Amino acid sequence: MVNAWIWNWEISIPSRPQAGTDLLEEMIQQLEKRNWLPHDVFGIRLAAEEAIVNAIRHGNQSDADKHVHVSLKMTETRFRLEIRDEGPGFDPTDVPDPTEDDNLEIPSGRGIMLMRNFMSFVEYNETGNCVIMEKERGQGNGDAQDSTQKDTDDEPDPLV
Amino acid sequence: MSEARHLEVANVGDVTVVRFVDRKILDEANIQQIGGELYALAEDDSISKLLLNFSNVEFLSSAALGKLITLDKKSKTKGSVLKLSNIKDEIMEVFRITRLDRVFDIYDDETDALNAM
Repeated sequence: MVNAWIWNWEISIPSRPQAGTDLLEEMIQQLEKRNWLPHDVFGIRLAAEEAIVNAIRHGNQSDADKHVHVSLKMTETRFRLEIRDEGPGFDPTDVPDPTEDDNLEIPSGRGIMLMRNFMSFVEYNETGNCVIMEKERGQGNGDAQDSTQKDTDDEPDPLV
Repeated sequence: MSEARHLEVANVGDVTVVRFVDRKILDEANIQQIGGELYALAEDDSISKLLLNFSNVEFLSSAALGKLITLDKKSKTKGSVLKLSNIKDEIMEVFRITRLDRVFDIYDDETDALNAM
């Protein structure tokens, strides 16, 4: 049953700083409970943090009346995040490359690059207000050992 | 200078060595405060050599990188020296991915950095 979701969680959080803290802590606990490698957990946390901050600040413009909708799903071998804001969306190709010499000393604009580097897959919806990211589980000493704790029975979408 | 709450500041010879109290440099309010405390050190005329020791830091986001870039600019403007040390592997990967390892002068440990000051 390597393709079945063994954990999923959907939640909407308000557009204010630190609103995602509890959500991220729970996500990390779930990954660590299933022995994901520390490097994977670091990367997923960083990507989630960057995406939520972008959704709150840039997507929802920190408007307290708007929410960020987060969906987290895990199989034994991959972790999937969908983070959607209520803003008009943006074109990710318009974001300048922060590693270009001329941009190296600009203090912002590195979040998306970090998401793409630490995750296995990153895609935006057509509107540009929802990012979908997946992380393939790394190989090492963190083999899953608890496939009996299944919270849900729904089958995951095939990996895009 | 206002009292630093997120930084431990010590003098080693003529070098001001800064350690971060927080293990995670994450949420916006914390990052703003840490940035403010770092900028105060960079703008202090009695300080000409600054070493940031990251040994306590397990996680930081791109917003924290932004504060470090601004700190680097302030240090260069003033003509003071800024070096970084003791950065954990995963955070070092963040610096490499963003090519900020080319912007900052980074050393494996504090002794190496102090010797290079």
